[in-house]
Amino acid sequence: MAAKTLYDKLWDAHLVKQRDDGSALIYIDRHIIHEVTTPQAFEGLRLAGRKPWRVDSMLATPDHNVPTTLAERAAGVAGIEDPVSKIQVQTLDDNCDEFGIVEFKINDRRQGIVHVIGPESGACLPGMTIVCGDSHTATNGALGALAHGIGTSEVEHVMATQCLVAQKMKNMLVQVDGTLGVGVTPKDVVLAIIAEIGTAGGTGYAIEFGGEVFRTMSMEGRMTVCNMAIEAGARAGMVAVDQITLNYVKGRPYAPSADLWAQAVEEWMQLHSDAGAAFDKVVIIDGSQIEPQVSWGTSPEMVLPVGAHIPDPQQERDPVKRESIERALKYMALAPGQPITDIKVDRVFIGSCTNSRIEDIRAAAAVLNGRKVAASVKQAMVVPGSGLVKAQAEAEGLDKIIRAAGVEWREPGCSMCLAMNADKLGNGEHCASTSNRNFEGRQGYGGRTHLVSPAMAAAAAIAGHFIDVRTLSGQDH
Amino acid sequence: MKSFTTVCGIVAPMDRANVDTDMIIPKQFLKSIKRTGFGKNLFDELRYLDEGRPDQDCSHRPINPDFPLNQARYQGASILLARKNFGCGSSREHAPWALDDFGFRAVIAPSFADIFYNNCFKNGLLPIVLSESVVDQLFLQMYEAEGFTLTVDLAEQQVRTQSGEQYSFEVDAFRKQCLLQGLDDIGLTLQESDAIRAYEAQRRASAPWLFDAIVAND
Ligand code: SF4
Repeated sequence: MAAKTLYDKLWDAHLVKQRDDGSALIYIDRHIIHEVTTPQAFEGLRLAGRKPWRVDSMLATPDHNVPTTLAERAAGVAGIEDPVSKIQVQTLDDNCDEFGIVEFKINDRRQGIVHVIGPESGACLPGMTIVCGDSHTATNGALGALAHGIGTSEVEHVMATQCLVAQKMKNMLVQVDGTLGVGVTPKDVVLAIIAEIGTAGGTGYAIEFGGEVFRTMSMEGRMTVCNMAIEAGARAGMVAVDQITLNYVKGRPYAPSADLWAQAVEEWMQLHSDAGAAFDKVVIIDGSQIEPQVSWGTSPEMVLPVGAHIPDPQQERDPVKRESIERALKYMALAPGQPITDIKVDRVFIGSCTNSRIEDIRAAAAVLNGRKVAASVKQAMVVPGSGLVKAQAEAEGLDKIIRAAGVEWREPGCSMCLAMNADKLGNGEHCASTSNRNFEGRQGYGGRTHLVSPAMAAAAAIAGHFIDVRTLSGQDH
Repeated sequence: MKSFTTVCGIVAPMDRANVDTDMIIPKQFLKSIKRTGFGKNLFDELRYLDEGRPDQDCSHRPINPDFPLNQARYQGASILLARKNFGCGSSREHAPWALDDFGFRAVIAPSFADIFYNNCFKNGLLPIVLSESVVDQLFLQMYEAEGFTLTVDLAEQQVRTQSGEQYSFEVDAFRKQCLLQGLDDIGLTLQESDAIRAYEAQRRASAPWLFDAIVAND
């Protein structure tokens, strides 16, 4: 039998029908839904008189719109101040109730960001096909699953048929060799990968992340990397199953147990690319050379090591690229040649589906411990990815460390990652953010986002500007 | 699904690379639970000089005179000419809904982000990939001639200029058929119900844990 990649195996195992015209029907095992991209899909189902094919394959939670202050959260949906957000969250509740879909509602302790609760609850498992009406669904690929974001019409299609009409993507291997330096995190790895291949480098591909760095990386770190596969243009990112995967999955509420566990493990251990499997594109990166990263522009590929200087558009020969650098510098109010460490931050956001899991919060707390947020910083906040992450952090006393540093400790949700709720940047403000997109206006009208790791965000909060977290005294990584 | 056969219309520019979906339709407008009405907020942050709010009457907002869609020469445009990696970022289908609601029927670019590309077809909006050099040339011609129009012919898979140049584009057969005939692709898939059930039965036998129901236990 021909050697297969991990993606080939996942694709083959879910192929319901290959059509003559090159399209295929792919079976979907798990469908996660949230309030923003589903109301029109439910409406479509109702209008056509259709029912979900397999209600018990779905799991819902509101995340994008939910407020993150305790005051506003206390009263549940009724307490949401923004009337339009309230309608959207209420609509999700109503739709889930009407169709019998399990939902972690706004004040359920398991509520959280869709991509955090999937793996955390065991609803998302190795070997599955997983979709959600959100581009960061690729996060789940860390489990050795084929996971990708879909649009609302596709949400409706999967609800009605349990299938997706898809075309097979090409295979790309991103191999990061060696060992990461002290203070260098999975977020830095993925930003460095995007800097290398560009925001469209993965378009049309499913990316498998391999190499020594990934073999030793924690599951949560793998999720951070797969999460941003879409920022490299790839709809799906994935990592092969190994013992680290199994240790993570075991005992989760929706994971198989007893005999089924043993049977599942046997199948999951096949979820890796065979020796000699062919990739259409291979990118090899030396992990030991990666440094803490800071994005300076308005696209995730506009990112540099913290010790670097802002690029000079005059050095760029491609006119379209030169113009985008010029436009980015103007939007970000930065000058060519300026050291990255000179950039002052007005706000700090630690959260989002990229970096809101317990390890991220531990990393931020380790830097904040015994320190204070700089007086020039208007606001710094940590927004845990789920109610369970929040509870775990509190059990470890991390919330106390975080608050003592002058950082707000919030309720779970997407929050300032896309600013659909009250958490947003003011016009012209710079933000050290652990989220995944630095697009114009993403975190608020006129807001200026710099993507960094949780440790780098915490360090910027303390210094009031970007600094290399490795230079803070007493950092024991 | 809305059908698409041939469109002849004015071409408007979106002359920058990596136009993301936040730019096409900013997040505050995603709170709507409807599919329509997004056109007035298409490219909101570029089009207007103030910060837009949902459910707002846009007719009195200060507009950015430098933005092409606000200029007289591009009024009534139905074809958007764009740069590479158009539609990157989030999966929000609100982006094609907004383009469609504004009146665009086709977008031409050297490359598109995957999810956006896919979402377009579901809404009768045709994304067309032409080479970078052809796109460069079309930009030049468009800037030169006020009222520059193109004809997009899906059946022939061609983009034609008034002066007679023709450019072929690729589109996969299934999507083309769905668009030409305005087919309901859910209905089409449901015609394969037997194949889906057969797959489920075989899979349930070999990997039963995949069919454990998500239940409401806390
Ligand atoms: S945290 Fe941000 S990127 Fe992640 S799902 Fe929410 S809005 Fe999307």
